[in-house]
Amino acid sequence: MEALRAQFQQSFIEGDRWLAYLKGLKVSLLVTLGALAIGVVLGILVAVVRTLHDQKRGRAPIWLVLVNKICQLYTTIIRGTPMMVQLLIMNFVIFSTSRNRMGIAILALGINSGAYTAEIIRSGIMSIDPGQMEAGRSLGMGYATVMKDVVIPQAIKNILPALGNELITLFKDTSLVTVIGLVDLTKAAQQIQAKTYQAFMPFIGIAVMYLIVVMILTWLLGILERRMRASDRR
Amino acid sequence: MKKNVIALTLGAAMVMTITAAAAEFSTVEEGKLYMATNAAFPPYEMTTDDGGFEGIDVEIAGAIAEKLGLELVVDDMEFGSTITSVQAGKDDMVMAGLTVTEERKQNIDFTNSYSTGVQVVIVPEDSDIETVDDLADDKMIGCQEGTTGYIYCSDTVENGGYGEDHVVAYTNGAMAVQALLTGKVDAVVIDSNPAKAFVEANEGLKILDTEYVVEDYAIGVSKENPELLEAINNALVELQEDGTVDAIVGKYINADADEEAATE
Repeated sequence: MEALRAQFQQSFIEGDRWLAYLKGLKVSLLVTLGALAIGVVLGILVAVVRTLHDQKRGRAPIWLVLVNKICQLYTTIIRGTPMMVQLLIMNFVIFSTSRNRMGIAILALGINSGAYTAEIIRSGIMSIDPGQMEAGRSLGMGYATVMKDVVIPQAIKNILPALGNELITLFKDTSLVTVIGLVDLTKAAQQIQAKTYQAFMPFIGIAVMYLIVVMILTWLLGILERRMRASDRR
Repeated sequence: MKKNVIALTLGAAMVMTITAAAAEFSTVEEGKLYMATNAAFPPYEMTTDDGGFEGIDVEIAGAIAEKLGLELVVDDMEFGSTITSVQAGKDDMVMAGLTVTEERKQNIDFTNSYSTGVQVVIVPEDSDIETVDDLADDKMIGCQEGTTGYIYCSDTVENGGYGEDHVVAYTNGAMAVQALLTGKVDAVVIDSNPAKAFVEANEGLKILDTEYVVEDYAIGVSKENPELLEAINNALVELQEDGTVDAIVGKYINADADEEAATE
């Protein structure tokens, strides 16, 4: 017990080391938020292009076929290579002279997340019966209006659990940014371990911190889900 | 009944540990000597093209293992994890160009020193950094995580460092040099011999001398295994006396570099 106390003292209190964890947590959260924003925008764009193309059933104009191919290539490459490799390429090959490590991390994770989000959103749009689109169009509404007011709201409700999954995965995957030298929560713990030679407290400590953040995210998503289902017939 | 069995097993285990301790020394795995290292630190340890390991530390460790009648197993990991790994009983010793420091002494026991190094600064040839003092000029410094170079540089300005915001810690020295080559950092602070190896391997880099103290490299062994520490130390002293250590060092650090070092 005394030894644990001493370890706690060394890993968190001494030299105000707890501040290092907080700074790291802030970086992890910022990277998650930034990547989430990029991922959602990319995901919606790719999903809309892919469904628009598929709904034309082979009668799509040439530009749409082309854009659709690009979107397919994007999801294939991003889902087919490890996130860490993408980070390393982004840092040491594409933006090899940039010093903005935070920006590189957000971009790499955002582009990665976008590919998965696109597929989730696509599955949501496809889950809505095509009859709804036909009904809307026959009432004289435009394609965009039906999408915006009828299909997308229902789709979002359907994919919310899967989107929550993606958000949680994204948050935990920020621990990979240690490879490009960005000091996130995991790197902060590693640096403290390298200084104190204590592994127990820093690593168990950050595991608890990650867990708490994920639990908060799950709780928030749960509220959102319930609100969206408020008008459902039971 | 179950309790008895547990008590018996515990008793047997205790007897076994006592006999092991009474024997000359014990290692993590019988007949093997596990060496924790970070194999991106030439010329002390690096990987070979066929996935093996070589370097000054690796060869000295091999000679020590041979003297002790053990088989050397190189355990390659991040530098910051090496000491923890030995403390946790995963590896028998750390041999990673490991500098003896007071803080490390509290966590691990050291053998005699077998080599020395000094922290130097690597900069691009056309850099405006001319002396180590220029580093304070709002520069970004690349280091290897957990090394003495990182500890010095990331310290607060009042303590003679440059502050954590000016230091980027990479998982190994080669990555820090890579970042320097592409301009992600303005300078890299690392041990002198690896620095020479990196500068030799990459065009357009040069080394600036510093006034950091000369550091002693030694082998780290768990505080709970003084018998092994003594055995390794004895083997090391024998190897130093019969010239094996000098021969190994001479093989990796060429004569030119030695002359340079002598004139410094």
